[in-house]
Amino acid sequence: MLRYIIRRLLITIPLMIAASFLCFGLTQAMGDPLGEWKLQKQRPPAEIAAAEHRVGTDKPFLTRYGDWAVNFVQGDWGTTVGPGHGTVDVKDKVLRASWISARLVIGAELIALMIGVAIGVIGAVRQYSIFDYTATGFAFVMFSMPLFCIALMIKTVGIQFNDFLQDNGFGRWIRTAGPPNGGFHGSFTDLIYQYSGAFILPTICLVMIQFAIYSRFQRASMLDVMNADYVRTAQAKGLSQSRVIFRHAFRNALIPIATVFALNFGATISGAIITETVFGWQGMGQLLVTSVNDKEPYMVLGFLMVTGVFIIFANLLADLTYAILDPRIRLD
Amino acid sequence: MTEFLSPAAIGTGGPPAPDISQFDTTEARKQWQVVIRRFLRHRLAVGGMAMFVFLILVAFVGGALWKHSYKVLNFPRYSAPSGDHPFGTDGLGADMVAQVIRGLRFSLQIAIIVAVVSTVIGVVLGALAGYKRGWVDSVITRFIDLVLVIPGLVIVVVMARSSFTNVPGKSGSNWLIVAMYLSLVFWLSIARVVRGMVLSLREKEFVEAARAMGGSTLRIVFKHILPNTVDVIIVNATLTVALAVLTEAAISFIGLGVRSPDTSLGLLINQNRNELNLHPWLFFIPFAFIVMVSLAVNFMGDGLRDALDPRQRRVRA
Amino acid sequence: MSTENVSGSFQPGGLGAPAATIAGERLLTVDELSVSFNTEDGVVRAVRNVSFDLDRREVLGVVGESGSGKSVSSMAVLGLLPKTATVTGSINFNGRELVGLSYNQMRAVRGNGIAMIFQDPMTSLNPVFTVGWQLAEAYRAHHDVSKKAAFAKSVETLDLVGIPQPDRRARQYPHEYSGGMRQRAMIAMSIINDPDLIIADEPTTALDVTVQAQILETLLRIRDETSAAIIIITHDLGVVAGMVDRVQVMYGGTIVEAGQVNEIYEAPRMPYTVGLIGSIPHVGLVGKRLTPIKGAPPSLMNLPSGCSFSPRCPLAIDVCREVEPDLMDTDRTDHTSRCHRWKELAEIDNPQKLFAHEEIGTIEDALILQLANPDEISVVDDSLVDESLVDDTAADRQSPAAEVDATSAEENPKS
Repeated sequence: MLRYIIRRLLITIPLMIAASFLCFGLTQAMGDPLGEWKLQKQRPPAEIAAAEHRVGTDKPFLTRYGDWAVNFVQGDWGTTVGPGHGTVDVKDKVLRASWISARLVIGAELIALMIGVAIGVIGAVRQYSIFDYTATGFAFVMFSMPLFCIALMIKTVGIQFNDFLQDNGFGRWIRTAGPPNGGFHGSFTDLIYQYSGAFILPTICLVMIQFAIYSRFQRASMLDVMNADYVRTAQAKGLSQSRVIFRHAFRNALIPIATVFALNFGATISGAIITETVFGWQGMGQLLVTSVNDKEPYMVLGFLMVTGVFIIFANLLADLTYAILDPRIRLD
Repeated sequence: MTEFLSPAAIGTGGPPAPDISQFDTTEARKQWQVVIRRFLRHRLAVGGMAMFVFLILVAFVGGALWKHSYKVLNFPRYSAPSGDHPFGTDGLGADMVAQVIRGLRFSLQIAIIVAVVSTVIGVVLGALAGYKRGWVDSVITRFIDLVLVIPGLVIVVVMARSSFTNVPGKSGSNWLIVAMYLSLVFWLSIARVVRGMVLSLREKEFVEAARAMGGSTLRIVFKHILPNTVDVIIVNATLTVALAVLTEAAISFIGLGVRSPDTSLGLLINQNRNELNLHPWLFFIPFAFIVMVSLAVNFMGDGLRDALDPRQRRVRA
Repeated sequence: MSTENVSGSFQPGGLGAPAATIAGERLLTVDELSVSFNTEDGVVRAVRNVSFDLDRREVLGVVGESGSGKSVSSMAVLGLLPKTATVTGSINFNGRELVGLSYNQMRAVRGNGIAMIFQDPMTSLNPVFTVGWQLAEAYRAHHDVSKKAAFAKSVETLDLVGIPQPDRRARQYPHEYSGGMRQRAMIAMSIINDPDLIIADEPTTALDVTVQAQILETLLRIRDETSAAIIIITHDLGVVAGMVDRVQVMYGGTIVEAGQVNEIYEAPRMPYTVGLIGSIPHVGLVGKRLTPIKGAPPSLMNLPSGCSFSPRCPLAIDVCREVEPDLMDTDRTDHTSRCHRWKELAEIDNPQKLFAHEEIGTIEDALILQLANPDEISVVDDSLVDESLVDDTAADRQSPAAEVDATSAEENPKS
């Protein structure tokens, strides 16, 4: 197992290099960060040349890539370069934003997973019951729902709920504009109050979309497993229904779900982008959108690299989980 | 005096000649009548198809038939849905029915083009990779794996404002460009699926036979292998339409998709994102249409999948 | 009380000494068991009026094609049928009525009093748990012991079924076992609680022929050591011949013939059994054609009227197609048959010929032909009979033609 992990990690390096090249190309294709600035008014050529030199657009593509890559692995991820954007350190901003996003996303995914799995199992065990049909129908509808609409609707509900609370003497508990800038302080109960108020809406949003996938998968997996011969054997041994379902069936049905969970991270990140935009979280999603709009190549690059590493690790995690859960898989 | 003949000649004697019609084991090539019949049994799928057709008609023909033009901006602003304006009017004084029809049209245009283009690219490259194997396969697969490291939406977002997706001129209309770069992201998963199927199909005996008879690569791929993948491709393409609608709406919503003078359902919602409280119809009606398109296409795709590859084991209590 | 009654008049071929059947030690009584399923397309009558008894130490072979109801009836005994199944009749095990018991009530019996071995050992064992763990689980389901004790018991049982290095093997996963070993592990799982009855559903079908013999031998050894009764369900007549005491042939959801094993082979009293035996390829048939039974088993949803085998039976006459025969006693002891024409069948010395249509043309076959078609052929011209070709024993009896005439006249008043 350890050898497999090491080998995978080693392969990651050339993968990341190739990915970084691709990403660099993408960001450069984004356009000239000085584009707008150049069009604003007529500027003396010396000024333009100086600006280009600062940004680096005076050098050819490959040189730029080389410079950036060398700096990147040494920890210097560059800064924002657009005129008027100041010199914000990319690494600092990206890592800070990732931390903010990660808290939201991982929590929401885990909740979605638990709810989805529970619904899937119940739906499979009580197949064709009202619960099953409702859950299936609901999941189907959620697949067809645009996330941003859900987010907007939830936000409105949140605001109205806040109004309701305020009218009745309580404070405005739900935060619809991201976690407080100064962070969370106070006693334990204060913290709970603040955390929950800030996290609840975007979490509900993400969960609503994501749990549908898990519930469908779990249901299908469970149904497959429940028809398996070893479940029949377990019953023939005289085991109780709950033991048969949870020990034997569920344990096997869980195997594919673990990999689905890890591989679903791409969708999670996409969802996070939308959700953060709606709820004003200063996370990765916001960062990406603003820096794309601002045409900040290094910022976007920082985002892409972090995301890439994250996804690669998620894939590795999926494979490892599969191997741990299923003794038939031998990783060599 | 009796002839000792075989029982068959005798007539009613002995067991009757066995009815072998039940053993008709002609290799089941997909009979389209069977598929269509199976599809029609799913009421939801049929409903979905009907709804989809209806929406297409509304989008492409409705604009010409509707009494108000989308360009007219002097209707009373923010009026709630009523007889003259069943979908109300927006902040600029435009009739919402006309706006929604137009938005629907753009959204559908984009989604269908995305589905078609990405399917074509995906099938060609996937089949090529799966059939040829060797370095062609390696290059294509590695490339796909590499690009898939980055979530699709992220790629789309980054590409949205890049220089090659912003062709100056044409008064800023960019819906076709949006469709193009959405296709560039969607073909990846289709290619993977097709590649997998081609990989397994090429080992089957009928491919060997075709090769032995001297068929060229192109002929084998197109005449023998691909027809067997058509069901999966069709289902995939249908579901891509739904996904494309949602994705396009999402990027238009964050401002990185379709722009004026074009419009789309997503853009409509973006423009009215703060109207939920005061003028809810401005949000909910485009929203409802997005959901309708998505649901209709998803039901259709589900029904198609069941009709083309039934594996139902329903024993109702 | 039980009286020792050694029925040693037969020798099951090669695989173990005949067992002493303790008459009176009745273990299982199945009476008029019927199982039907409600499906989208109609009612499937999988098992119809099956009745049989089983004593301790007895080995019963249940033989039949797919769809004959043999597996469903054994699943019914254990109460493992899905909710869509309707079970009527009675299953009395050790004095306790099993039909109608709830899932939890049946739990005490499953794996404990009655154990089952399934067909495919690879899929019948849970791939994510070790074999020892699964065996221990079976033990702890019915005995209140510690995990350690249960594990020790599973190692012991693995040894009992002949698995080498049981201590090491118990810690392995099913996919690390070979096919034969897996089936032995399944046997171990079934005997770990010392059941009174073991039902083995096609235990050797998924295995190599060489392994088959070992598995069957293991089962017999278990029977000898624990006095359990065994029901073996199979479609393989070779398995049955070597191993069982009694045979039950099933067709179309019901029992069509039952009796001692050598009886069934030497003197079958039902055409289906004849066809089954005749369809086994063996060395003596080199150069000759195989004689399968033409046609296919009946749909359990649309059973033919009358006898379910009548559409394929060479001896079928009108009454066969109209009235389903009861399971009736024949001229042999403890040998029942569900056939209107068992007597006629008994007359034929080489009943395999019934199914070999291509060979018809010889005089001997003419007699068979006449037997098969009494409506059409009522008189056989004796002058055509070539004495040298006629079987000696036939000459001793009355002219078979006349006998058939008499019989057919009774059965077919209209001829």
